[in-house]
Amino acid sequence: MAGEAQNAIIRVRDISVQFGSTRVLDGLNLDVKRGEILGFVGPSGAGKSVLTRTIIGLVPKVSGRIEVFGIDLDAASTAERRGVERRWGILFQQGALFSSLTVRQNIQFPVREYLNVSQRLLDEITVAKLGMVGLQPEVADRFPSELSGGMIKRVALARALALDPELVFLDEPTSGLDPIGAGDFDELVRTLQRTLGLTVFMVTHDLDSLYTACDRIAVLGNGKIIAAGSMADMQASQHPWLRAYFHGKRARAVMGS
Amino acid sequence: MAISILGEVRKIGAGGGALNGEPTLERIARGNGLALCAAGSWTARFAPDLELIVSDAEKLGGTRPNIFIDVSQVSKLDTFGAWLIERLRRSLAHGGVEGQIAGLSANYSSLVDEVRRVKANPAIDTTSVTITGMLDQVGRTMAGIGGTIVGLIDMLGAVLAATGRVLIHPRAFRLTSTVHHLEQVCWRAVPIVVLITFLIGCIISQQGIFHFRKFGADIFVVDMLGVLVLREIGVLLVAIMVAGRSGSAYTAELGSMKMREEIDALRTMGFDPIEVLILPRMLALVIALPILAFLGAIAALYGGGLVAWLYGGVDPEAFLLRLRDAISIDHFTVGIIKAPVMAAVIGIVACVEGLAVEGSAESLGQHTTSSVVKGIFFVIVMDGVFAIFFAAIGM
Repeated sequence: MAGEAQNAIIRVRDISVQFGSTRVLDGLNLDVKRGEILGFVGPSGAGKSVLTRTIIGLVPKVSGRIEVFGIDLDAASTAERRGVERRWGILFQQGALFSSLTVRQNIQFPVREYLNVSQRLLDEITVAKLGMVGLQPEVADRFPSELSGGMIKRVALARALALDPELVFLDEPTSGLDPIGAGDFDELVRTLQRTLGLTVFMVTHDLDSLYTACDRIAVLGNGKIIAAGSMADMQASQHPWLRAYFHGKRARAVMGS
Repeated sequence: MAISILGEVRKIGAGGGALNGEPTLERIARGNGLALCAAGSWTARFAPDLELIVSDAEKLGGTRPNIFIDVSQVSKLDTFGAWLIERLRRSLAHGGVEGQIAGLSANYSSLVDEVRRVKANPAIDTTSVTITGMLDQVGRTMAGIGGTIVGLIDMLGAVLAATGRVLIHPRAFRLTSTVHHLEQVCWRAVPIVVLITFLIGCIISQQGIFHFRKFGADIFVVDMLGVLVLREIGVLLVAIMVAGRSGSAYTAELGSMKMREEIDALRTMGFDPIEVLILPRMLALVIALPILAFLGAIAALYGGGLVAWLYGGVDPEAFLLRLRDAISIDHFTVGIIKAPVMAAVIGIVACVEGLAVEGSAESLGQHTTSSVVKGIFFVIVMDGVFAIFFAAIGM
């Protein structure tokens, strides 16, 4: 049991999610192993974000069981749940920065709430986190509305990493970044995963990210995981959508380079 | 741990040591140097303890010619721990000691390299309160008031120009949108407006009878009620309610559209936001307020009449007879002429505030508040101007 919990940081069993009469997820199973970067792909509208939001607890599920860090989130007490929430970080698709707080306050917010540390350390950690996501300390006093799209992504990642979580959910982290920025971002995720022993659950459409950053890829289709495995497994698969995705024009361009 | 041979050992940090993960920093003398042996998990969870440990150790700067930091026993390291070790190294170096980090595992070296790039803490500029600063604030506020008035006149002009364009090209008029807003600000407002004006009518009547009875002048309550409701209270009260109900909604709608660049999108597609968004809203409000004021006046008279009958013993027939004598059509005209003007004032204030919203949720809240406050203020100012005007022309 302990070994299993050690191995799988997220265990999703028989999850079903329904909006009205449309079933978005239908008996889905998924394991995310500790220390891996899982790339999560699937057609637009297949429910990738819904699964992420279900695991985080923002979307109610009809049936099934979700364990994070070996804790069943339905059975968990409030204190246990808070403990889990403190150990994960989430990068929302649009950043979801608090618009009335500066970049500095955004990053410090979770730290201030959870840890009783001095303002000096808070400021130093903010600068360190900004540096980690490739931003200058000067942006710390700007408001989110004064940032570019790529900077918002980076600040949101810095906030997701503020408490040095063990598990990070990234919802399309490289969308809206220029290719160099996206490449840096992938590299950054890799570095952080290596240094912090981070587990990353990354919803992405970026083939480059899948090639360079991800250890394993899971594919969502028809409300289920239709394939999970390494890049080589994906390329060998005969599933029509996978063939179209991994052998399409864009995929060939990425592989060619 | 193979450190006991090295002599002087001192432990700092919460007891228990590395076994249960709590971070420690042991000081071990080595010849004329000193080794600081970090152990345990140097992570965010223990950040408050770590801060104490490190700031304590920072005082060692200058006491020994060389101090090195041994991190080989650290079981877990994250950004907090790595930064605090780096901070310790820096402050030792600042004290003239060659601070070195030893025993860093390959796993963590890139993390330490990362925090090493962090520049010294940038100074946060705090502005202190000074007399010049206060004067500066007062000046800015005064200039802001001027700006507000210019903004209102600007919007009035833009709306009039858009109206002119629509009159020349009636096809550009947005009928569906206008009807939609009319439903929102007029039809849906009827129940609350009628209820509140009914209650106000009841209260005026009750107070009037209570005080007039002392002079045996009960019946004059009808005069007071009629004049007050038709000339002032009816329209003023309804205008204030509309400013709170619809003015705020307009500001919030336009503000969130501005925040999400929807207004910019409209503009780039070749549409004039004034024509598409503001004109239908203004028109709906200008149509709605007289209707609501009329319904409100009926409800207030009805409520007043009811109380006069039940509380004051003025039966409905006498009430109506008296009302017919006391009230001329002028009173009604005065009230109803004011309504569309007040609607225009509320609409213009709400739209100006909506378009002034900037990126943040806080700004949206501020502008919605000031839309209602300014709307009510200007409605009352307009009412005063009208009172002087009607007195001058003898109405």
